[in-house]
Amino acid sequence: MKHRNLVVISAGLSQPSSTRLLADQLSAAAAAAAGDLGIVLDTRVVELRDLAHEITNHLLTGFPAGALRDAQDAVAAADAVIAVSPVFSASYSGLFKSFFDVLDKDALAGKPVLLGATAGTARHSLALDHALRPLFTYFRATVVPTAVFAAADDWGGDSADGDLRTRIERAAAELAREIDHREPVTPADPFALTSSFEDLLNSNS
Amino acid sequence: MQFGIFSVSDITTDPTTGRTPTENERIKNIVTIAKHAEDVGLDVFALGEHHNEPFFSSSPTTTLGYIAAQTDKLLLSTATTLITTNDPVKIAEDFAMLQHLADGRVDLMLGRGNTGPVYPWFGKDIRAGIPLAIENYALLHKLWREHVVDWKGRYRTPLQSFTSTPRPLDGVPPFVWHGSIRSPEIAEQAAYYGDGFFANHIFWPASHTQRMVSLYRERFAHYGHGDPDQAIVGLGGQVFMRRNSQDAVREFRPYFDNAPVYGHGPSLEEFTAETPLTVGSPQQVIDRTLGFREYVGDYQRQLFLVDHAGLPLKTVLEQLDVLGEEVVPVLRKEFAALKPAHVPEAPTHASLVAASASDPATSSAGNLSASSAEVSA
Repeated sequence: MKHRNLVVISAGLSQPSSTRLLADQLSAAAAAAAGDLGIVLDTRVVELRDLAHEITNHLLTGFPAGALRDAQDAVAAADAVIAVSPVFSASYSGLFKSFFDVLDKDALAGKPVLLGATAGTARHSLALDHALRPLFTYFRATVVPTAVFAAADDWGGDSADGDLRTRIERAAAELAREIDHREPVTPADPFALTSSFEDLLNSNS
Repeated sequence: MQFGIFSVSDITTDPTTGRTPTENERIKNIVTIAKHAEDVGLDVFALGEHHNEPFFSSSPTTTLGYIAAQTDKLLLSTATTLITTNDPVKIAEDFAMLQHLADGRVDLMLGRGNTGPVYPWFGKDIRAGIPLAIENYALLHKLWREHVVDWKGRYRTPLQSFTSTPRPLDGVPPFVWHGSIRSPEIAEQAAYYGDGFFANHIFWPASHTQRMVSLYRERFAHYGHGDPDQAIVGLGGQVFMRRNSQDAVREFRPYFDNAPVYGHGPSLEEFTAETPLTVGSPQQVIDRTLGFREYVGDYQRQLFLVDHAGLPLKTVLEQLDVLGEEVVPVLRKEFAALKPAHVPEAPTHASLVAASASDPATSSAGNLSASSAEVSA
């Protein structure tokens, strides 16, 4: 069995929240799918609500304090990420975006990412592909093809493109396969010196 | 160990009165502040350089020259001099001039500057910040050490048979500190030349400072300038003091809450926990400052920020009184008692003159870099 780290980012605001509910289901499905491939997923959930003040402080001061720093380090060290946002005004929530606004631009590079979103009705479902997916393209993440949208009525019965459970399992299997293909992540040290001074001097000529 | 103050030269509305000082007032006040720093027994006054409002200090050597004429012992420095957007030839000339006028009471701290538009205003590109700092300093270093300079680089017009005048006082260039918050390349640059490294320290978590200083010390030894603990380190600090710590917190809070940089963000308590800011009694400042040594090692220069965020002149002068009377004398004694004998003091003009007279090979770092600069040119 090999071990890999999964970080689940949930931007739900209410407690309990349907965003967190979807995040937990995606996380559980990912653990099961990874288990089928002989991978043990160590999962950490990051609730952005708990970090809301520190995210704002980071926007204003330029550095992450306390729990936000831990969360950023966890994301950078993660082998895979599940990111779930409620849809607010036709897009990801401001809190969700702000978390990624203060994340190092290389923190997700090449990393498998599964996207999820929740809203009241399915009319918002394209927010996943029109808003979330391009954001993670900017981060050069490997976003799995299936992104999971859950509207209020998905928590009840079937919907036109198959039930929510089916979509969750398909997405989780895609994420597990991406994790399986990769070596474990070693996060880059921002303070590490990558070139000697002679190189720096000579690169100027 | 040297103790002093550094100013970013912001013109900020006093949030408790709504009053904004005029540029003229603030400029005259900074002279008063610098002179008072000498009067209370501080060693160093360092002034920032900015080319945008709300800052007044576009021309630090003019201000420092004026202060030099009215002081006797105060060492005049910068925080920082922009090595990216200034012409290194002009830096060489201006600071050698200041050195002569101030009888050697001059050093300088180089920084890149982080205000995007300033770069294009001076015909530069912020994305080339690091290469500009490297090339410009290589030229500055050479101009102060070689009488006649031929030079060709990427960022300024070539020089043929150029001599920067006046020559450095007594043939000894001003000591240089390289300031950076989190760019390892700048710690490496300071280490390569055997120059000083100044960690701004304030407004940032101590972990940044610890990592940068440790890298600088390690590379300083790598380049053969001494042991890691012999590298020359300076730190910033930010304090507000009253005899009773509750009074300090109550008085400083409105300035903190509305300050440029961090205002309207974290609470005073959160920022105090995360950064070196200390608001409280003189004893709290003494304890906190002595604690810096635990994560950077024995260091040579401590500069405090005391005059920003709209604090009135009277308050700033009172802060200097407390520093000079109660804080710095204790810190001098305590730091001196802790410092091993092989850890040097910060270089001064006198010590550099003595070193160059007794040992021509002291400038081996200079020779090394001069030859590398030629390779690069």
